[in-house]
Amino acid sequence: MRVALFLTCVNDALYPDTGRAVVTLLERLGVDVDFPTGQTCCGQPQYNTGYRRETEPLVHRMAKVFAGYDYVVTPSGSCAAMVRDNYPRIGAKARAEGRGTALGKAADALVPRVVELTEFLVDVLEVTDVGAYFPHTVTYHPSCHGLRMLGLGDRPVRLLRAVRGLTLIELPGAEECCGFGGTFSVKNPAVSTAMGTDKVRNAASTGAEVLCGADNSCLMHLGGLLHRQDQPLRPLHIAEILAATEQDATATEPTETVIPA
Amino acid sequence: MSRTFLGMPPFPEAAAVSTQNAQLRANLTHATHTIRDKRARAVTELDDWAQLRQAGQEIKDHTLRHLDHYLLQAEKAVTAAGGTVHWAADAAEANRIVADLVRATGESEVVKVKSMATQEIGLNEALAAEGITAYETDLAELIVQLGDDLPSHILVPAIHRNRSEIRDIFRDAMGRWGRPAPDGLTDSPAELAEAARLHLREKFLRAKVAVSGANFIVAETGTLVVLESEGNGRMCLTLPETLISVVGIEKLVPSWRDLEVFLQLLPRSSTAERMNPYTTLWTGTTAGDGPSNFHLVLLDNGRTDTLADEVGRQALRCIRCSACLNVCPVYERAGGHAYGSPYPGPIGAILTPQLRGLQSEVDASLPYASSLCGACYEVCPVAIDIPEVLVQLRERVADQAPGHRLERAAMKSAGWLLDHPAAYSAALRTASRARGLLPRRLPLPGPAKAWSDSRDLPTLPEHPFRDWWNSRPNGEDGPKHDDGKTGKDSAAR
Repeated sequence: MRVALFLTCVNDALYPDTGRAVVTLLERLGVDVDFPTGQTCCGQPQYNTGYRRETEPLVHRMAKVFAGYDYVVTPSGSCAAMVRDNYPRIGAKARAEGRGTALGKAADALVPRVVELTEFLVDVLEVTDVGAYFPHTVTYHPSCHGLRMLGLGDRPVRLLRAVRGLTLIELPGAEECCGFGGTFSVKNPAVSTAMGTDKVRNAASTGAEVLCGADNSCLMHLGGLLHRQDQPLRPLHIAEILAATEQDATATEPTETVIPA
Repeated sequence: MSRTFLGMPPFPEAAAVSTQNAQLRANLTHATHTIRDKRARAVTELDDWAQLRQAGQEIKDHTLRHLDHYLLQAEKAVTAAGGTVHWAADAAEANRIVADLVRATGESEVVKVKSMATQEIGLNEALAAEGITAYETDLAELIVQLGDDLPSHILVPAIHRNRSEIRDIFRDAMGRWGRPAPDGLTDSPAELAEAARLHLREKFLRAKVAVSGANFIVAETGTLVVLESEGNGRMCLTLPETLISVVGIEKLVPSWRDLEVFLQLLPRSSTAERMNPYTTLWTGTTAGDGPSNFHLVLLDNGRTDTLADEVGRQALRCIRCSACLNVCPVYERAGGHAYGSPYPGPIGAILTPQLRGLQSEVDASLPYASSLCGACYEVCPVAIDIPEVLVQLRERVADQAPGHRLERAAMKSAGWLLDHPAAYSAALRTASRARGLLPRRLPLPGPAKAWSDSRDLPTLPEHPFRDWWNSRPNGEDGPKHDDGKTGKDSAAR
């Protein structure tokens, strides 16, 4: 099985710990994971802001970079949904506009192989207990695209429940959007902030130490609010929890200790 | 569309003000959460909801595809049943037709059934300019009218008001429009309803002319259908001598069999009821029963243009249930007025700019008034993929609106960088090196300021992930990359 990590540009640039956690986790589970460095961005920010034509080179790039892999695993439900839901649309539009079928074929070849991390663990590797240890209280925010476009269901929660030492506390209003929404957070900052503020208030009300999510973009937005408000709640990507083991638990700061660099 | 909303600021500005209104936020959160939970329960009662939803979508799509045929069929049936059909290309034409019809009766007052189409065309204001007073009889529309306010929700136009605000409006304004509110009126729902009942009863008994919309028109018999909860609509539809119905051309269903699907989809989606309390159906005129004069004004007002758009036309499936408003996190915070249109919320964000065009700042801002969370699509009883239409409309805005030139330039340069991984890697490295220089709040205008007014920016890591990967023994130069599929620039085209 040839597996590539599609890390996403946000994680590559801002959250390398998440990338290291995915690699550590998958290697621990016996997966030989590759990171093709020709990868950059799936084009979601451009596409969702109305710049479809500008995303086309990135669709080509994604298809070419990830050709030949059985699975393309990504720790972002949002970016996986971009490929699975929108790449076929971009290909079909290009065809309808009389610009050939190459883009559509490239998209079609990539789409079925792109899987979100928790889907890969539960559906492909068929594991829910990944051998993790994380002695903290955690509440989980299911991001919209993972929840509604990919239909991740309870996969992330099943994985978290199997983590030794972890206490999972239900997040009130979990299924509501956090207000990130890519460029929405910049174009409509007032509403975005109001949505995020309600989300972090709900998260803080659980008394959990960690706000876990499967999309660092949402966590960046929520983390920015938490940091501004001096809240003790720590945002953390699910991969970093699933990669954590007893050896990592000797120190107190989860993000620093999950993956020794 | 309605002149009453003219002069509204674009959505981000209007929403920046309304999100600060704590009372509005509290009213909306309470109301939308209550109704969304009830809707969810009402829908799970039906095992075949998914099939009903699909049937609703297919019937609407079929009708829209053959709209010319069904419109002519409906016109023929209405005419045969003693009604008169008028065709209105736009709001001005529809308003003129209605005003002329009212004037021909010699009356200067009409009672109104709650109607989105007449809100859309600004009929009340147009009639007022002709010296005709239109009295809203739906309780929520009455509250809006008495309060000299604008509706903010499709189903519950006064959703932004709470009981004590309504009590104040009744006490202060009812006397100016007719029977005053009883002395010592409290904010108990029963007292408020009784005050409205007494006030409206006078209007119903006096009115010679009524104006309505319709939820559906059954093409095969020319039958109009109104669903409502209060019975006020039925009073208007049965008591006056003349009934004028203004209905969008997309409201057709081919047959009574098709209607059955929507009589299940609409009440559960909108009021979370198994069946709405009042369903009134009328076909032309019947001697000795109901209005003796019936006029149907079929309204285009941008619908034909909307129909021409392959993606956007699905907005015309909308049955105005407002389930999308009640689950929308953006609507919940911003309130309905921020959308600058009688159609607020997710459906408004796709319907309004299609009906009105994208020329104004307000209309160009609406496709961006969504985080694309998808909750609206999930609950839509006719499966309108609202996020898909929003993105498509954003493309049109980005192509047309001059304000998007800078953004396009930024997207283009980002696109170049993202298509050149070597340059991209170098940029990531440069950014990481400069990490100590970047504050978590930025004073300069632009996206980073919009972000960091309320949120701290994330700290940049010491190294991007790819540098760590390349530093591993089996990283970039390791054996895995010998097949040429990976590596720095292997994907350059």
